[in-house]
Amino acid sequence: MIELSHVSKHFGSHHVLRDITETIERGEVVVICGPSGSGKSTLIRTINRLEEIDSGQIRVDGRDIHGPGVQIDRFRSGIGFVFQQFNLFPHLTVLENCTLAPVHLQGLEQGNARQKAITVLERMGVADKAGAYPAHLSGGQQQRVAIARALVMEPPVMLFDEPTSALDPEMIGEVLLAIKSLAHQGMTLVCVTHEMGFAREVADRILFMADGSILERASAEDFFAHPEHPRTRKFLSDIRSPFGRY
Amino acid sequence: MGQFDFSVVTTGEFRTWLVSGFLLSLQLLAASWLLAVPMATVVALCRLSSVGVLRGFGAVFVEGIRNVPLLVHMMFWYFAMPELLPEPARNWLYDHDAEVVCAVIALALYSGSYMAEDIRSGIRSVSATQIEAARALGFGFLAAMRRVVLPQAFRIVVPPLISQTLNLWKNTSIATVIGTAELMYQTQKVETNSFRGVESFGVATLAYLTVSLVITAVAVGFQRRFPVRAI
Amino acid sequence: MSESLATYGLYFLIGQYPNGPLGGLALTILLGASALVLAMPVGILLALARISDWRVVRWPVTGMIYIVRGTPLLMVVFWAYFFLPAVTGKKTGQFTTMLIALAIFNGAYLAEVVRAGIQGVPRGQTEAARSLGLNYGQTLRRIVVPQALRNMLPSLVNQFVTTLKETSLGYIIGLQEVAFIASQVNSQVIVHPVAIYTALALTFFVLCFGLARLAGWLGVRT
Repeated sequence: MIELSHVSKHFGSHHVLRDITETIERGEVVVICGPSGSGKSTLIRTINRLEEIDSGQIRVDGRDIHGPGVQIDRFRSGIGFVFQQFNLFPHLTVLENCTLAPVHLQGLEQGNARQKAITVLERMGVADKAGAYPAHLSGGQQQRVAIARALVMEPPVMLFDEPTSALDPEMIGEVLLAIKSLAHQGMTLVCVTHEMGFAREVADRILFMADGSILERASAEDFFAHPEHPRTRKFLSDIRSPFGRY
Repeated sequence: MGQFDFSVVTTGEFRTWLVSGFLLSLQLLAASWLLAVPMATVVALCRLSSVGVLRGFGAVFVEGIRNVPLLVHMMFWYFAMPELLPEPARNWLYDHDAEVVCAVIALALYSGSYMAEDIRSGIRSVSATQIEAARALGFGFLAAMRRVVLPQAFRIVVPPLISQTLNLWKNTSIATVIGTAELMYQTQKVETNSFRGVESFGVATLAYLTVSLVITAVAVGFQRRFPVRAI
Repeated sequence: MSESLATYGLYFLIGQYPNGPLGGLALTILLGASALVLAMPVGILLALARISDWRVVRWPVTGMIYIVRGTPLLMVVFWAYFFLPAVTGKKTGQFTTMLIALAIFNGAYLAEVVRAGIQGVPRGQTEAARSLGLNYGQTLRRIVVPQALRNMLPSLVNQFVTTLKETSLGYIIGLQEVAFIASQVNSQVIVHPVAIYTALALTFFVLCFGLARLAGWLGVRT
């Protein structure tokens, strides 16, 4: 589904992605974790080309995302992206946020688009807020609307860039549950997150990144039970503080 | 349009007119600026004071002046104000370049009201806790201003003040309506007498742009040398 | 003095109309509003050029804006007055001259307001729109510009106040806006300059102060 091949990127003199090669199969749920500055957010942003790459290739659903002369806009509707800061459009209602793209990009009629949007909003548990403006929603509700907005386009793959990092603790659970429901429906999901409990429960595979490289890749079970790389072990022990959640 | 001959306006009598106009424009700038800045500081402090009457005065001053065009100010000071003066004062005024005096008054008040607002918001942007800290140490209002707030406000206030200086420079051109023989007036005179529109207005535009450039360069230099230091 | 008010009141408000072109306060407001309406597209185009990725567009436009902003408005008016007839091939009226001069001058200032408005829309909004698949133009039109306009509204009203004051320069080229009318009245009445010019100042004050209040209220609302 997603093929990364020798992907490399620099920010000025900083080598932020070092020769990354990885394949994510259709229907897989992959979590990318690692310390700050490891390049994990940058990596996920290259998959829908919010960030450019210096060399290498990225194919999503068989299509070369970074090729010369590629019209990225057409592909992006097929790649759902959820931001850490939600980024809902404040001048549109929740419903309008969700129908904007289907109507203007997929050519759906307003009525059909609204139906679809309501259905997805119901799945996310925020259908009752359809007529409200984002400013009146809590963080957790806004993020679930953001997920719905991406889902309405029926993308085969969904990318999440630290979806709960900007949320107050009591709202993290509702968003993680929403993402979990997508995993159970067989969608291909890639999620950058610090929520290791979520990773353990929901992910098929976990990729550990540090200093721009993938240092460890393992099934969720193996990752926590037998971490191989010393960096991975350090990371896992650092987050298992006396105040950690598990 | 024909060919352009800039030497017509850059030599002889026409040149003398243009140069004298340019010099008078610079003098208007200097005189108005020197009057405006202290006046603006006083008005700004009035608006920030805890005395209601002073705050009211400051507000009326600023709003009353800013909402009236400079042209109307000039007309008022030159055509109307002298009528209010006692005759000896009026005669003195007319004997001593009334149009320059009135232009300077109008420019100083107009610029001063804008500068007062820039100074006021600059002072306000210095954290209110700074004044509290100074007062807690025992400084009175004015002393706290002088020793703690104004030194910090200075860096914040200078860039917008330089921008107002640029406006003041351009506004000197409006003095032409009351007959002040500054650059714009002289340019019109040269154009009327030489029929060289492009040349005369071109040279004058360059003169204005040159001083504008100098003022802008001062602004950029200041901001580089004295950046605002926030905590 | 109250006779002056009665005799000249209407003249002050609408000039020679209907026995001649519109003038006075009505003309001032009409000219100010038209100039701002014209200045908006100029400002938007210049702002888009200023933030463009192409140097060949960005640099000349930035240069032009600096030149217009370093020149007195009166000079721009004179350039228009002397050279519009040459460019258009026919005699340009005073209203049109002021209109063009004000539109260009305010367009250059509005470019800054528009640019700040557009760049004030958080980058995340553009990213979210592009991630859904909207292209550059659609993103600008549906997501960035609507939010930018809302941010800019108080500044736009302030610019309108400034434009209204700038219309007074029409006096110098003989346009019958309200300052010109006032001086005409003064030359006929002769003995009440203080009253006449104070009335003129008060007219502008009420108009501009009222609008500035509106800007403040709009700023609070949005």
